Amino acid sequence: MAASRAGKLLAVIGDEDTCTGFLLGGIGELNKHRQPNFMVVEKDTPTGDIEEQLRLFLSRKDIAIVLISQSIADVVRYVIDAHTDPIPSVLEIPSKDAPYDPSKDSILRRAKGMFSAEDFR
Amino acid sequence: MWRNVKCKYCFLGQIIDYYLLLLYIVLLHLKMSSHDRIDIFPSRMNLTIMKTRLKGAHKGHSLLKKKADALKMKFHSILRKIIEAKQLMGEIMKEAAFSLAEAKFSGGDFSHVVLQNVGKAQMKVRSKTENVAGVKLPVFEHYEDGSDSYELTGLSRGGEQLSRLKKNYSKAVKLLVELASLQTSFVTLDESIKITNRRVNAIEHVIIPKIERTISYIITELDEGEREEFFRLKKIQQKKEVIREAQEKVRKDWEKEKEAREVFASIPSNHVPSMLDDKEDEDLLF
Repeated sequence: MAASRAGKLLAVIGDEDTCTGFLLGGIGELNKHRQPNFMVVEKDTPTGDIEEQLRLFLSRKDIAIVLISQSIADVVRYVIDAHTDPIPSVLEIPSKDAPYDPSKDSILRRAKGMFSAEDFR
Repeated sequence: MWRNVKCKYCFLGQIIDYYLLLLYIVLLHLKMSSHDRIDIFPSRMNLTIMKTRLKGAHKGHSLLKKKADALKMKFHSILRKIIEAKQLMGEIMKEAAFSLAEAKFSGGDFSHVVLQNVGKAQMKVRSKTENVAGVKLPVFEHYEDGSDSYELTGLSRGGEQLSRLKKNYSKAVKLLVELASLQTSFVTLDESIKITNRRVNAIEHVIIPKIERTISYIITELDEGEREEFFRLKKIQQKKEVIREAQEKVRKDWEKEKEAREVFASIPSNHVPSMLDDKEDEDLLF
């Protein structure tokens, strides 16, 4: 596991297509405990599962970035807001049914008041 | 249900908060009205020491303010970059999702194949630190490691779309790594700006007034000491004056007595003056 010591991984939490796409991009890995660094979320996946998996990703030392679809991020907003460490960083990505909405992004909300609406045109 | 419980405790909590706030304000007021200064002995040397400390505090305050300004500038520039990058990311993700749909259309559903064949990641990130105005910001650098584990997927059908899909997603990953590194430095900067501002305010509102109060206390004590000294000298002078006058008076009385005795002593009892005495007569002056 020398490679994972030097480099850190990206994790993905999203619907099936998002995960497939990113895995084809080449970020998927199973660590030595056969734990994946991605999670496929369906419409009927319970919130508790998503929350647990997100917390697991956030506490793993070998994951530097967590990509999460914005629609799923809304469901577990409280976990993301409570996570104030810089690493791993949580990045919200749009899913194919929901375009990117900057007003819901946790990180941008922290800097609320520092930019005006015209920056988003 | 959860909200109802919260409301009940909300009200009680509000009452408690109110009283705690009141208590805090009362204590603060008490603390402020007493002598909130540094406890040292009021001597001239300590006065110089305190003055030096005050100068040091002023200098530290202006330096920290400059640091906070530099950090704030960097913060704004990172924020702007993040907003731009997020826009870009939205578009790239749309494109990637579109190419995924295309590939699925022509190549069938390969999701299962992909999800099962996970092995080693090819795209990894390394973290480096960048130093901005004394703050270490983490920065991610992405690098490729190993070969493409999905080389054989899509050989049966839809290979071209699949390879285009792979390219799109790897482009998206690269952009996302940059975005993530901007985001981490953003969060770190936010924290350090808050800390620096807190320190600036602490120096301005707590440390400098404390030192100034100490200095004015020492000066008042020294002045009072001088006045006491002056008064003491004056009193001693007065006392000496009184003693001296008393001594003078005693001496004068004593001398008068002595004179009187001499006068009596120089006059013999039966002496009658005659012309035949060999006594010198006083000169007659006309």
